[in-house]
Amino acid sequence: MATLENLDSKQLIDPGPDRILGSGHDYETVTDRIAGIVYLPLKKAPKKWLVGAFISFVFVNLLMLAMWVLFSKGVGTWGVNIPIGWGFAIVNFVWWIGIGHAGTLISAILFLLKQDWRTSINRFSEAMTLFAVACAGMFPVLHLGRPWLAYWLFPYPNSMWLWPQPRSPLEWDVFAVSTYGTISLVFWYCGLIPDFASMRDNAPHLWQRKIYGILGLGWRGSAIHWHRYQKAYLLLAGLATPLVLSVHTVVSFDFAISIIPGWHTTIFPPYFVAGAIYSGFAMVLTLIIPLRAWYNMRDLITLRHIDAAAKLMLGTGLIVAYGYSMEAFFSWYGGDKYESFMYWNRMTGPYGFSYVLLILCNIALPQALWSRRVRHNIVLVWILSIIVNCGMWLERFVIVVTSLHRDFLPSSWGIYIPTKWDWATYTGTLGFFLFLIFLFVRLLPSISIFEVREVVHHEKHLEHAYEEKL
Amino acid sequence: MKDTPQFPQSGDNGKGGAASALVPLESLLERPRRKVDLEALRLKLAEGRGPKFWRTLEEAAETEDLKEYIEQEFPGLSGQIPQGVDRRSLLKVMAASLAMAGAAACTKQPKELIVPYVRQPENVIPGIPLFYATAMPVAGYARGLLVESHLNRPTKVEGNPDHPASLGATTIFEQASVLNLYDPDRSESVLHEGRMDLWGAFTGALSTEAQELGMRKGEGLAILTGVVTSPTLISQMNALRAQWPQAKWYVHEPSVNPAITSAARKIAGRNAFIAYDLSKADVIVGLESDFLNTGPAALVYARQFAKRRAVDNGQTPCRMYAIEATPSVSGSLADHHIPVKSSAVPAIAYQLAKVCGVTAPDPGAAAPEWLDAIAQDLKNAKGRCVVLPGEFQPESVHLAAYAINAALGNVGQTVNIYEGVEPESTLSIEELAGDLNNGRVETLIIISQNPVYSAPASLNFEQAIRKARMVVRLGQFYDETSRWSHWHVPEAHYLETWSDSRAFDGTVTIQQPLVEPLYNGKSAHEILSILLGKPDQNSHEIVKAYWQSQVKNDFDRVWKTSLHDGWIVGSAVGTLNGRAAPLPPLAAQALSGTEIVFRPDPTIGDGSWANNGWLQECPKPQSKMTWDNVVAVSPKNASKLGVDKGDMLRVTVNGRHVVGPTWVLPGHAEDSFTVYFGYGRTASGRVGTKIGYNAYAIQDSAAPFFAGGSIEKTGEHYRIANIQETQTMAGREPVRAADLAEFREHPDFPTREEKPLDRSLTLYPDQWHYKDYKWGMAIDLNVCTGCSACIVACQAENNIAVVGKDQVARGRHMHWIRVDRYYSGDLDTPAMYNQPVPCMQCENAPCELVCPVAATVHSNEGLNEMVYNRCVGTRYCSNNCPYKVRRFNFYLYSDWNTQSLYGARNPDVTVRSRGVMEKCSYCIQRIQEQKIKTDKENRRIADGEILTACQQVCPTQAITFGDLNDKNSKVAKLQALQRNYKLLDSDLDTRPRTTYLGYVRNPNEALRGQRGNTRES
Repeated sequence: MATLENLDSKQLIDPGPDRILGSGHDYETVTDRIAGIVYLPLKKAPKKWLVGAFISFVFVNLLMLAMWVLFSKGVGTWGVNIPIGWGFAIVNFVWWIGIGHAGTLISAILFLLKQDWRTSINRFSEAMTLFAVACAGMFPVLHLGRPWLAYWLFPYPNSMWLWPQPRSPLEWDVFAVSTYGTISLVFWYCGLIPDFASMRDNAPHLWQRKIYGILGLGWRGSAIHWHRYQKAYLLLAGLATPLVLSVHTVVSFDFAISIIPGWHTTIFPPYFVAGAIYSGFAMVLTLIIPLRAWYNMRDLITLRHIDAAAKLMLGTGLIVAYGYSMEAFFSWYGGDKYESFMYWNRMTGPYGFSYVLLILCNIALPQALWSRRVRHNIVLVWILSIIVNCGMWLERFVIVVTSLHRDFLPSSWGIYIPTKWDWATYTGTLGFFLFLIFLFVRLLPSISIFEVREVVHHEKHLEHAYEEKL
Repeated sequence: MKDTPQFPQSGDNGKGGAASALVPLESLLERPRRKVDLEALRLKLAEGRGPKFWRTLEEAAETEDLKEYIEQEFPGLSGQIPQGVDRRSLLKVMAASLAMAGAAACTKQPKELIVPYVRQPENVIPGIPLFYATAMPVAGYARGLLVESHLNRPTKVEGNPDHPASLGATTIFEQASVLNLYDPDRSESVLHEGRMDLWGAFTGALSTEAQELGMRKGEGLAILTGVVTSPTLISQMNALRAQWPQAKWYVHEPSVNPAITSAARKIAGRNAFIAYDLSKADVIVGLESDFLNTGPAALVYARQFAKRRAVDNGQTPCRMYAIEATPSVSGSLADHHIPVKSSAVPAIAYQLAKVCGVTAPDPGAAAPEWLDAIAQDLKNAKGRCVVLPGEFQPESVHLAAYAINAALGNVGQTVNIYEGVEPESTLSIEELAGDLNNGRVETLIIISQNPVYSAPASLNFEQAIRKARMVVRLGQFYDETSRWSHWHVPEAHYLETWSDSRAFDGTVTIQQPLVEPLYNGKSAHEILSILLGKPDQNSHEIVKAYWQSQVKNDFDRVWKTSLHDGWIVGSAVGTLNGRAAPLPPLAAQALSGTEIVFRPDPTIGDGSWANNGWLQECPKPQSKMTWDNVVAVSPKNASKLGVDKGDMLRVTVNGRHVVGPTWVLPGHAEDSFTVYFGYGRTASGRVGTKIGYNAYAIQDSAAPFFAGGSIEKTGEHYRIANIQETQTMAGREPVRAADLAEFREHPDFPTREEKPLDRSLTLYPDQWHYKDYKWGMAIDLNVCTGCSACIVACQAENNIAVVGKDQVARGRHMHWIRVDRYYSGDLDTPAMYNQPVPCMQCENAPCELVCPVAATVHSNEGLNEMVYNRCVGTRYCSNNCPYKVRRFNFYLYSDWNTQSLYGARNPDVTVRSRGVMEKCSYCIQRIQEQKIKTDKENRRIADGEILTACQQVCPTQAITFGDLNDKNSKVAKLQALQRNYKLLDSDLDTRPRTTYLGYVRNPNEALRGQRGNTRES
């Protein structure tokens, strides 16, 4: 059995921007390479993984601490106040939800569009989606004044005969986010079933075989299995597709439905969706670039993937830029004194720095991706992806905070200064997210084995046809 | 019965005898139980001998424990049980006894007869409050009050509409006084040299002292009080002085300028009070007078002034000029606000006197150019104008103002002189310090005042007080002065003890207590009674005995009527004839350099309110600062010094200095800096200690209210907590104002430039129909002075939590009504506006729409109701509220631990917990109370029957609440005025229920374009 160590080092070279798989792969090597990472004993795990997992675990503990302080003292430990009733929690919520979007887009929409380059990154981005939604889902509960009553937002029959208030966008959020989380989980798990079976068949230890066997739900790989499986997957992809649009549309309603200048904008739904995909792809890139380096997967996640993701980032980034410019234009053209003041204040007020940084991160710098040379410079793409992540976080900060801090009556204007617990909660969820990613690459095949095998098959088939033609 | 430390019980009353024999149920349960003999019981029940229905085995078995318990509760009753199958009556009496045990565990009615205002005491119904008339002495003078009492627990103070100095309104201090009653930091026992001692030990010590004093005819006895108008106390003091001619009476009232009384004495030839009748005044000139907010008659002036500002029925409002250094509450309403140095006011007064034809010594400086126009305005309104001297100006200004008023024929019209009600021949704190230092004081008795803290630094009272051999202090707190006293006696709060006091016009109110002293506090009467050789007399006996000697006929009826009404009929004093005293030569010219102005703090006063959280958190009317005193600086000086708000300044007067944070106050006179008393306490309590700086520490008794000094920047910065950061209207028009001429031309000026909204453009037309009531509120900006009484009244009525400086600085204060203060125009002479903002109770409420759990909903009377129990705390409603009137409990702000504060709470209003939103409810508990009452009487609520807390307290009646469905209601009529406008409605279609009446100012055309014409449109 081939292991990670005895693979020919030549195979690990990135095959370049035209191919989605390195040369010399056959079914066996694909399985060995991907499953090998999971089978690798903990002692032999790369040092970088150990260090990364440890650091992120420290932040998980910070999150626990921040939550303990929050629950025991109250939401006052954060910087929120009147008029800025929403602060980091909602910024982070929207940011994390947005990050999740890349997963669904890659798994569902690109699947339907038969984009074969999605195969080696879809599993990973689906996992990322799931973890991002987990992080996002925490915030709406944490930010409540009385988080122990969060279940009141769900429509359950109760002795009070009280239902949630259906006109509130926060209520729509409950459904949008929970649906999204559920579908993402099912979709992800469904995609994993054939791989669980492969893992079961190849696992070195009995206990591993047992666990993967249970998770594999008795998959035998028969033709009828495959037939049904593909139908089911297609259906799920069809179900998930509208969610890519709906979730962030609904999240944007949290703002657009309100009457606050800077929130009350019809352009929010499309530009939020674009922004979500933008940040999602940025996060995918931020994560897979180091991952493919640490685990020597340059032949599985190739420049082709990075190039495609960067292009998508550029495209959605341009939609976002259009959104910003329209927001600015209409705040002037609309002639409403509150709107125009809001935008002017957003650019030049106490939070002007965040707006400048936002434009720099989200619009100016990513334009470098027009250049093929930049896109093929892995380090540069990685840095840009982080910049876009920061930019998208700033976008939410600008929208939430600068709109609220100076609204209608000047007497009630205020300022928002995040506290250490705001930062602890935010970095804590970052740690939680990364820790889950670290666990995921250790415990599950982070690349879809069977889909890469399909690619191998496809390529072989092409070669064969070519030879025959000759 | 077990006493709780917070509510110690003292003595028994008629019923208390029984009450003290009560055995609480717990004690029964604590006792070792005798076992129930089950077999015997079974037998008994089978025989049909026991009760048919039984609740516990004990009851069925008729155990000794239960019998004993019932016997103790209701002697004689327990015997009936075996025969009495009547379990219901047993339960009834038991329930009653438990309820009474509960009542007895809290507070007790004073044992003497007190007479409720509305109903008789036998009508005490739990849940239905009683109101008692009493009075609170404010710097000695009575403010008549009606105090709401829930089961003998005073919770809320209202003005007594029948009292001449209240007219139904109060200031912030009366409102906040309830919190002082329940202050957990109050002194709780007699202390002898810092150690707990007994009242008996103290009376013994003082009686011994009195015997010695008696031998010396009182030589060496000094008694220090504040301003006193109490007839009983004055008669006690006079008796004491007659008994011991050598005893001396000193008066120290740090927030009152003695020049007012000394000038009045010169004018009237005896003790007098000069009062003004602003209802007849067309032109008002304030020479640094804050008449709407300061002094014994401020509430009367505020009411009269408000009436004279009416514009709606073609009336011409009065015109007001404010010439002052520090923008005051009154100054914010002036048509012309002219900033001048405080030290320049005497010269201006003399110049004005000269122009008005009074012979005055040479003022030394040329008259400013605006003075002629003002003088002309005054002369055009002879007999219908008034010049008001500043409360903190020297005697010369008071004499000059009277002379001008006399020359203009105002005396008898707008100026009246009442006989003085303060005692004759008292001495000042300066003389006390001198006598102490010369060793002429052996025994010093200090009633209420805190001179170690509040005496001017030049007297060095902390050293002087040590010269006395025996210092006795009667005080509510163990404070700075108590620390230097041999004996400290806890003083009874005015709601705890009998006394009396007089209004500025002499009207006497018998102060009846609503509650037995919580901490065995004593009154000044009781201390003096010891010296008079009657150590066992209590306040009630003393006060009653005095009035028995005064009222000849039918004493009982007069006494009861007076207690009921809150004032004694016919006790008002007569008026005197004055004579304009010759004006003395000006003592000093205006200070050429830096001038330091001293003022009582707008919310903490002279410092005696320092431990009151409501007042600490009440934003100061001009600066909107909380929890600190500032150094108010004019914008020009701020840029000269290079300081901004919060930068520390060192203020030096005569070599003494204090350091305080800058507040840049638009409209403040240049080169003049205002410092405020009341802070820098070292021994106040957990709230008031060690905050701010102590302005007394640089006060010189020779120049107490303004003095030359210097200012320098220290370079440090200080975190200040102010409630309103932005002070301009930022191009919006939340306050809409017009000149009188413009108003006459366009009576609809506030809404004239609004784009009409097409109300039909909605998916939800006419969502609500109001068949019954439809509540609404109108706020007249024309008369709002920004005094903030509404804020404190609302806090008291609605159990609003105090959050502390840190939370205020973070933007988390909890006031349900706020008073926004905006400036417009230039920085040096800006126009100032006050705008109270409660919840707008929008018809189209943005908050209701966005709550995911329906915790804020529309009621069938148009209220936007907040359901605390349902709130999960998303804060979306607050974000979406364009008026930002919603307040959130970011922490557990309500104090659930300090038991003494429970007493201050209104039982009709939920005490909010952590994590819920709250906001103005239009005092829904008051609405409900009236609805229940009128339902029983089968009628509609009449207009004016419901007063919201903010409305009731408002000295100028700027707030009107009522039913909009009733077209004849006052509020409906006000909202029908063309001057009416709705905040942000034309922008957002929120359709607020609370509306505003635009501000109309009446500037002098002759001053247009000149300095001081501050009301440029």
